[in-house]
Amino acid sequence: MKIDNSLPLEYSTEENRLKIFGFWIFLGAEIMLFATLFATYFTLYNRTGTGPDGAEIFVITPVILETFLLLTSSFTIGLGIHAMRLGRQKAMINFFAITLLLGLGFLGIEIYEFIHYAHEGAGIGESAFTSILLTTLGTHGAHVTVGLFWGLFIIMQVKKRGLTPETANKSFIFSLYWHFLDVVWIFIFSFIYLKGMM
Amino acid sequence: MDFFDRFAVPHPSFAIYASMVAIGLTTIAIIAGLTYFKKWGYLWREWITTVDHKRIGIMYLISALVMLFRGGVDGIMLRAQLAVPDNTLLDSQHYNEIFTTHGVVMILFMAMPFIMFFMNLVVPLQIGARDVAFPRLNALSFWLFFMGAMLFNISFVVGGSPDAGWTSYFPLASEEFSKSVGTNYYMIAIQIAGIGTLMTGINFITTIMKMRAPGMTLMKMPMFTWSALIANLIIVFAFPVLTVALAMGTMDRLFGTHFFTLDNGGMDMLWANLFWVWGHPEVYILILPAFGLYSEIISTFSGRNLYGYKSMVWSMVLISLLSFLVWAHHFFTMGQGAFTNSIFSITTMIIAVPTGVKIFNWLLTLRKGKIRMTTPMLYSMLFIPLFTLGGVTGVMLAMSAADYQYHNTMFLVAHFHNVIIPGVVFAMLAGLTYYWPKMFGFMLNERLGKWTAWLLSIGFVLAFIPMYITGLDGQVRRSFTYSESTGFGPLNMVSFVGAGIMAIGFVLIVYNIYYSIRYASRDISADPWDARTLEWPTHTPVPEYNFAIVPEVKSSEPFWDAKKHDHKLFKGEIEKIHMPNNSGMPFLMSCVFFVWGFSLIFSLWIPAIITTIGIFIFMTLRSFEKDHGRYIPVKEIEETESELRGA
Repeated sequence: MKIDNSLPLEYSTEENRLKIFGFWIFLGAEIMLFATLFATYFTLYNRTGTGPDGAEIFVITPVILETFLLLTSSFTIGLGIHAMRLGRQKAMINFFAITLLLGLGFLGIEIYEFIHYAHEGAGIGESAFTSILLTTLGTHGAHVTVGLFWGLFIIMQVKKRGLTPETANKSFIFSLYWHFLDVVWIFIFSFIYLKGMM
Repeated sequence: MDFFDRFAVPHPSFAIYASMVAIGLTTIAIIAGLTYFKKWGYLWREWITTVDHKRIGIMYLISALVMLFRGGVDGIMLRAQLAVPDNTLLDSQHYNEIFTTHGVVMILFMAMPFIMFFMNLVVPLQIGARDVAFPRLNALSFWLFFMGAMLFNISFVVGGSPDAGWTSYFPLASEEFSKSVGTNYYMIAIQIAGIGTLMTGINFITTIMKMRAPGMTLMKMPMFTWSALIANLIIVFAFPVLTVALAMGTMDRLFGTHFFTLDNGGMDMLWANLFWVWGHPEVYILILPAFGLYSEIISTFSGRNLYGYKSMVWSMVLISLLSFLVWAHHFFTMGQGAFTNSIFSITTMIIAVPTGVKIFNWLLTLRKGKIRMTTPMLYSMLFIPLFTLGGVTGVMLAMSAADYQYHNTMFLVAHFHNVIIPGVVFAMLAGLTYYWPKMFGFMLNERLGKWTAWLLSIGFVLAFIPMYITGLDGQVRRSFTYSESTGFGPLNMVSFVGAGIMAIGFVLIVYNIYYSIRYASRDISADPWDARTLEWPTHTPVPEYNFAIVPEVKSSEPFWDAKKHDHKLFKGEIEKIHMPNNSGMPFLMSCVFFVWGFSLIFSLWIPAIITTIGIFIFMTLRSFEKDHGRYIPVKEIEETESELRGA
């Protein structure tokens, strides 16, 4: 394996460059996936049938908390990647761990939120609006859940194998994924929650 | 017994029971044969675990041909039922099931893998690469496609076939109106195959963008590679829409959500929109690589470079963009208003312009060419007039006002078969004949090949042109019978005869393969067609590593230029080559996907949860795995090279 030392570790081999490029294309597909969900949401958001509408069930406090946790986690993973580039493995692992803890917090509040919706009579089978609301939130939440496991496994590998071109590559790709989830959340926050509460 | 009842076929008939017996016997015969000849190990090591793009391609080809016959039998049954008025061969339910599976199988499980076969076989060779960007992902893509196809195919013997049309329109496809598990099969089998296709798209875009031989700029790529790149871009942008639509459909059927229902806010037209936002680009995923193949073949057998290379590229780019702007022409008559209809009418008609550009480019390539009428060339020559006819009727259908007459008639059926059969199927068969020697080291029989091309064309004309007429006279599609007084009888009989002639053509392909395996000469050069691009200067059959030395490229037809100007494509020394290791994981993971899909279809929640966890365990194992492939030493390469040169 040829290693090009003039580039950052995550880009240093041919295989790594291919993987990063391929992952960007995968994110393109993910954008289409969430775009379809948003398009469906905008089509169905006032088709509430006999169920409640957004203004009746949305509560601002947990959503603000979720947003705060996820946005902060996007910042800490950036610090993690920065530490990785400086070769500071321990700092990097710590920042990754903080990121995952913040993600876990986000997920906890989201689960609480879902329970609250169920209590308000907004289960997934209630109306077209609740179906698409919970599917969109749930798809994002499922992505975060997968990310938690994925990130955990990467921390374990970095700990065991150190910062090699391979582990650096995996960490960098994971950070792209995590930032992407954050971007999606900003759209959810603005166009589902804020718009729904207005 | 209640538990087992749901696996029973809800609308049994003699044909289905006979198929069950046939499937059972074939499975036993295959297992017994493999055991008797001790081929299990060979099958596992050389094929199931392979990550070689050429072998994966061949597996796609085998699947596509098998599915061609399954879908073909469906087609023949449909034509047989309609051959005479008031026929009672099939009842309405079976007719529904058969036209549904005919459509799904032919588009998604026949044409798609056929395209994937060509992309896998040809693209890395044409760009001078050793493999695709992610070989193991490529294997996973194939196995997911395969498991999806198998899952779909067992539907007619376990639990019942889907019966809501290949478009599966809601509310017809909802739990309320389609009670059997058939539509669950549709939703989940296509979902699994679709994930595989999406990953192929990512893989090939990366391959084409990042792994081209030195000197091959984008505007020097061979036309088939260009068409593959554009088709894969369409895949990446269109398939996620299908993923979401299918997931919503599944949830509506299994979990009682209200996306497409008629009550509590659900919107059935949402399905139609989402389906065609994917479905219309899908037809260009099929036709663009077909155009790419025709470009290669016409240029090779005219002995000329492709006329208007740049306009060919730009027309494909334009087609790919327009393909996303026309989906609503599939429901002009469903009440979306005159303004919307007009907009979509215009965007639809505009697609004829870049397509026309391509037709003229092919004609101008032929002009003053030294034409050799080989089998692939014969297919291409039959394609141009037949496809043009299909294009013209497409413009007729694009006129939204006139569409109120054509809507839901045989005219439409005639149109899309008229573009898909000469456009895609002929291209696949032409390409198959063209690339056969590259894969297997011998040529298919030319005489039998030309017979096939003519039989298919004559059969095609007889089978589908009458439908234009009955369609204009008002014969509706998806109707399992009609009365004598309509007068549709004689023309439908002609169609049936045409379908029979096509069937003979397809059987002749099998005979040709058998005949050529037995009698064709093994003593052929690596470049039997006097071709122009990089897949031909390597050995035949192609060694595992494709090229011992990576070629250097100066034009879009590097091999032709090398032959003409006598310069060397391969410069430098042989070095050790890095290759990926085989892996059983893609296959095993896809098997888990199969069980997962089956459990969801029948609402078996516990196995569904276990297999979901199983899928994630596989992903975790892959993450922890350390596998950087292996190197083929110089000595081994030199040995292989001299061996192949001697052959």
